[in-house]
Amino acid sequence: MASPAACRNVSARLLKALVGRQEARLGNALKAMSTTTNVSRFEQVTMAPADPILGVSEAFKRDESEKKLNLGVGAYRTEDLQPMVLEVVKKAERKMLESGENKEYLPIEGLAAFNKATAELLLGADNAAIKENRVATIQGLSGTGSLRLGAAFIQRYFPGTTVYISNPTWGNHMNIFNDAGVPWKHYRYFDPKTVGLDFEGMMADIENAPDGSIMLLHGCAHNPTGVDPTPEQWEKIADLIEKKNHMAFFDVAYQGFASGSLDQDASSVRRFVERGMEVLVAQSYSKNLGLYAERIGAINAVVSSADAAARVRSQLKRIARPMYSNPPCHGARIVANVVGDAKMFDEWRAEMQEMAGRIKTVRQRLFDELSSKDKSGKDWSFVLKQIGMFSFTGLNKAQSDNMTNKWHIYMTKDGRISLAGLNLAKCEYLADAIIDSYYNVQ
Amino acid sequence: MSAQDRRIATLAGHFRGAPAGEEGLLHAFPTMANSQSVFEHVQQAPEDPILGVTVAFNKDPSPLKVNLGVGAYRTEEGKPLVLDVVRKAEQQLVADRSRNKEYQPITGIAQFNKLSAKLILGANSPAIAENRVATVQVLSGTGALRVGAEFISRHYAKPIVFLPNPTWGNHNKIFPLGGVPQKPYRYYDPNTRGLDYQGMIEDLKAAPDGAVILLHACAHNPTGVDPTEEQWEGIRKVIRSKQQLPFFDCAYQGFASGSLDKDAYAVRTFVADGGECFIAQSYAKNMGLYGERVGALSVVCKSAPVASRVDSQLKMVIRPMYSSPPAHGAAIAATILADGRLFQEWTVELKAMADRIISMRHQLYDALKARGTPGDWTHVLKQIGMFTFTGLNKEQVQFMTREYHIYMTSDGRISMAGLSSRTVPHLADAIHAAVIGAQRKA
Repeated sequence: MASPAACRNVSARLLKALVGRQEARLGNALKAMSTTTNVSRFEQVTMAPADPILGVSEAFKRDESEKKLNLGVGAYRTEDLQPMVLEVVKKAERKMLESGENKEYLPIEGLAAFNKATAELLLGADNAAIKENRVATIQGLSGTGSLRLGAAFIQRYFPGTTVYISNPTWGNHMNIFNDAGVPWKHYRYFDPKTVGLDFEGMMADIENAPDGSIMLLHGCAHNPTGVDPTPEQWEKIADLIEKKNHMAFFDVAYQGFASGSLDQDASSVRRFVERGMEVLVAQSYSKNLGLYAERIGAINAVVSSADAAARVRSQLKRIARPMYSNPPCHGARIVANVVGDAKMFDEWRAEMQEMAGRIKTVRQRLFDELSSKDKSGKDWSFVLKQIGMFSFTGLNKAQSDNMTNKWHIYMTKDGRISLAGLNLAKCEYLADAIIDSYYNVQ
Repeated sequence: MSAQDRRIATLAGHFRGAPAGEEGLLHAFPTMANSQSVFEHVQQAPEDPILGVTVAFNKDPSPLKVNLGVGAYRTEEGKPLVLDVVRKAEQQLVADRSRNKEYQPITGIAQFNKLSAKLILGANSPAIAENRVATVQVLSGTGALRVGAEFISRHYAKPIVFLPNPTWGNHNKIFPLGGVPQKPYRYYDPNTRGLDYQGMIEDLKAAPDGAVILLHACAHNPTGVDPTEEQWEGIRKVIRSKQQLPFFDCAYQGFASGSLDKDAYAVRTFVADGGECFIAQSYAKNMGLYGERVGALSVVCKSAPVASRVDSQLKMVIRPMYSSPPAHGAAIAATILADGRLFQEWTVELKAMADRIISMRHQLYDALKARGTPGDWTHVLKQIGMFTFTGLNKEQVQFMTREYHIYMTSDGRISMAGLSSRTVPHLADAIHAAVIGAQRKA
C-alpha cells in the first residue's frame, strides 16, 4: 500500500495534469464539478514568481545578519543608507498644503503646468519643436506607465513593427511590450569582455533590423549596465537610425541624476531632436526628484508637424482613459511647483548634484579598494567609467549568489549592483566580496 | 557639418538609393522635420464624451453656464470640495518626518488594502477572517476595473462580460481593451424610468454559464436606478445558479444613501453566500479624492491558497502597467479608515454630501412641478446617487446646451452634485423649454 505522502504526491500531479491546458476536456469536467464541490473557478491559477528586482529587497529584509547590504533596487540612499526625501520636495508639499489646492480630476493628459515643464526640461526651454507645437506630452505613471502608453500606441499605430531593446536591459521593459502586444527583439549592447559597450554589435544589429523598426534607447545611465555610448558613438547611432528610417524611443529615467546636470543628461535625446528626427521619449521623476512612490513621469512624442502632434496627443489620451482615466495629481503638482519657482529649481539642481556626486564618490572609493586589494592587475576601471545608479560588475549568477549567501550582499542575479545603496564605510567590505566571488566562484 | 548640411547629405544619399517615383521619396526619410511624419496616419480622436463635457464647459464664456457633466461633487456655492477630514489626514502625513517616498509594493499600501476590504465587506466578514480576499491598491475605479479585466482575460475560463444597458461609458472601453469582450443585459426601462427587472433576469438566464456579470453595487451610473433588496435576491439566485462571476463596480459607497453599510448591502449578500466575486472600489467621490486616484480591487475567492495565488498574478498585471500605485491618496484614505475619530468625522461629512444631493433632487422636482413641466418627474426623487437620468433625448440636450448653457452628457444624464439652490431654477427653465419645444415639434 502506498504511503499517504506518495498518494498525495500522485493526486497532486494528477490534479496538475488534469487542469493543464492539454487536458482541457478533463479540466472542463473539473470546472463543472465546481458547482457541486467547493472548488474555486480560479483553482488552476498558478503562483506567479516573485519580481526579480523587487524580490531582492524582500529577501534583504528577512536577512538578520548585521553585515547585510542592499544593492538591489534602484532607490537612492544617503551616506547613512537611509531613504531620502528631497528638501525641495518637502517645501513644495508644504506650499501645496498651505495654498489649499483642490483634488479635482486632472484632464486625461494630466496637469498642464507639469506637461509644459517636463517637455521643457527634456528638450530645453527654447526648443524649436516645443515652440512649433510639435511635441505631444501626456503625463504618465512614472517611467513604467509612460513606456506602457508608448507601447500601446505603437501596437495600434505601428502594428507588426518590432521594438529593439538592448541586451541586457531593465527587466520590466520586456514585460511592458509583451503585455502591450508589441513584438520585440534584442540588439547587442553589453560586452562582458570589456565590461563596456559592444558598439560594433549594436550597430550591426541596428543595421540588420528591417527599415522602420523602433529602437529603445536609454537616454543616459543605462540600466542595468551603467554603460553609455560616447558622444561620438551617439552621433553614429543617430546617423544609422536615420538612414534606416527607424524611430528612436528613449527611456529617460535619470535626467540630472547621472552626471548631475539636467542638460548634459538630455544631450542624447536633444541630439536626435535637433537633427529633425521624430522620437518617443518616456520620462520619470522617481530618481531625480525622489518621487518614487508618487508615480510621476511623461510620454512625449516629438513629431514633424503640429497637426500630427495634436492627433498623436488625442490618441494617447484615448489609451489612458480605459487604463486609469486620468493621472494622479500629487506628484505632478510637486514637479510643477519645483520647476516653476526659480529658487526651488536651483535648490533642486543642488540636491541632484549632491546625489550624483555621492554616487561618483562611492564609485571612486570602490575602485580604489578593488585596485589595491586585487593584485592580479585586473582592470577595474569600468567602475569609474560606468555612469548612474547601477554598475554591472561582470559577476555571473553563481558569483552573485555567493555575494548574497556568503557575504549578505543583495543584488540582482545579472550582476547588477546599485551604487545608490552603497556608502563609503561599506566600500571595503564590498570590494572583498566582489574579489572573493570573482576569483573563487565559477 | 551643420544640421542642415547633414540633412541635405542624407537626402542626397536617399536619392541615390531611393525607389523610383514620388512614393520612394516620401518613404525615404519620414523621420525628418518638415517631411511627412511617421505619425501622419494617426487620426484625431474624438473628445471623451463625459470628460469632453467639461472641456466644452470651460470654453463657454456665458455667466449662466452650469456644468452637470462629470460626476464631481460641488458645494452649494458651486465649488469643488476637499473634505475637512482629508485635509486633516494630509496635514498629518506631510508633517510626519518618519514618512518617505520609497516605492510602494506592487499591490500598494497593505493597511489600505486591508481596511478597504473591511469597508466594503464589513468588519466581521468571514471571507476576510478566512483570508479568502485578495485586495490590491489600484488607480481608482477605472484602474480596478482594468486590472480586473486583464486578470480575467488571462486566467478565467469564460472571459466575456455582460454590462447593464445603459452603463458608464468607460465600461465599454475598459473591458474589451483589457481582453474581455462585452455584451449588454437589459437594465433600464425608459417607460417606467425604473428597472427592467424581468428583462434583466431573462438576459442573465440567457447569458452563458460562467460569464462575468458587471453589477453597479449602488447608485447605478447613469440611471440612478437600483434594484430593491428583493430584486437583488432574485438577481443573486440566477447568477449563482449559472455559476456566473459577479464583478461589482462600487464607486458610491456611502454616497448613495448616506450610509456606508446600507450601500454595501448588495455586495455583502453575494459574499455571504460563500461565492466568489470581484469588487472594484473607488474613493474618488466618497472621500473626494478624485485626482489622487485612490481605489482597490478585491477578489473574493473560495479559499486562502487561491486568494494568495490570485494576488501573485494580479501583480503580474500591474507591474508592466505602472509598476506600483501612487502613494499619497491611498495614505490619506488609510489614515482616515484607521483612525476611529477621523472615520467618524468622515461619515458625517459623507452624509452631508449625500443629503445635499437629495435636497437638490427635491428642489428640482418642486421647480418642475411649479412650472407645470409636462411629464412625470418622480424619477428625479426615486433615482439614487449622484446622477439623474432625466429621460431627455439628444436633441433636447443639445438645445439646453445651446440656449441655456447647460452642460451634460448627451444621454440625458445630469449630475445632481453639480447643482445648487441658485442654479436649480435655471435648469428647470431649460428642461421646461426643452420638453415644451419637443412637444411643439411632435
